[in-house]
Amino acid sequence: MVEWTDFERATIVDIFSKMQYEVVGPAALARCLVVYPWTQRYFGNFGNLYNAAAISGNPMVAKHGTTILHGLDRAVKNMDDIKATYAELSVLHSEKLHVDPDNFKLLSDCLTIVVAAQLGKDFTGEVQAAFQKFLAVVVSALGRQYH
Amino acid sequence: MTTLTAKDKDAVRTFWAKVSGKEEDIGTDAVARMLAVYPQTKTYFAHWKDLSPSSPSARKHGVTVMKGVADAVSKIDDLKGGLLTLSELHAFTLRVDPANFKILSHCLLVVLSIMFPNDFTPEAHVALDKFLAAVALALAEKYR
Repeated sequence: MVEWTDFERATIVDIFSKMQYEVVGPAALARCLVVYPWTQRYFGNFGNLYNAAAISGNPMVAKHGTTILHGLDRAVKNMDDIKATYAELSVLHSEKLHVDPDNFKLLSDCLTIVVAAQLGKDFTGEVQAAFQKFLAVVVSALGRQYH
Repeated sequence: MTTLTAKDKDAVRTFWAKVSGKEEDIGTDAVARMLAVYPQTKTYFAHWKDLSPSSPSARKHGVTVMKGVADAVSKIDDLKGGLLTLSELHAFTLRVDPANFKILSHCLLVVLSIMFPNDFTPEAHVALDKFLAAVALALAEKYR
């Protein structure tokens, strides 16, 4: 089981309570598709992804980015058993979506960078450490049911 | 890894011009973050009296590292040749595991995102990520 300090719990809850899902979600997914273009392989039916401007303005990308970010809510509410919380989603990503689990890390790096821009100075080294630890646990849980 | 296109180099140089003057702040914040977020990196600095992210040694090191990155920008057309001496230093004297270059690069990008939220667009991000990866590769050149 993952051990969380009081600071880490409070930090994660705080970040997500202030989260602007419709801004951060789309921005993080768009950034991932631009910075790591091979991730576009999973979105063949999303239409125009030809350049950064098209990606950032694509409504399907925006909608999906928001969906993904809300997907983290369950982990925030169940920090003491993220592994079990995401067992089903892990199977989905493996069996149905066939997403290479390395991609989870790429998206989580982009999410960190977007949240950093949002929080500015408040995104201190300690806050970053807590946030990245949380994302690492999520990423690990999502990759667990692959075989 | 890929080579830097003319577009990448332009994007890096353009962004770096905006960063001008703030290199020290960027460097110190990036190293401080690295020590806080990736505690395993502290193993390279066991000789420091104070390993806290805000220590004078950490700050000084941030400045040193950033000078290296700024130098790399000026040598962007020949990173392998331009960073030869630094590569020998990292290979034979410092012996930093190259995995850590990725870690520091990530921290640098986080700092740039915080300090330049409007200029650190996805396009700038990809160019800088490629650039830092190329720098890391040049630094690892002499390892074996």
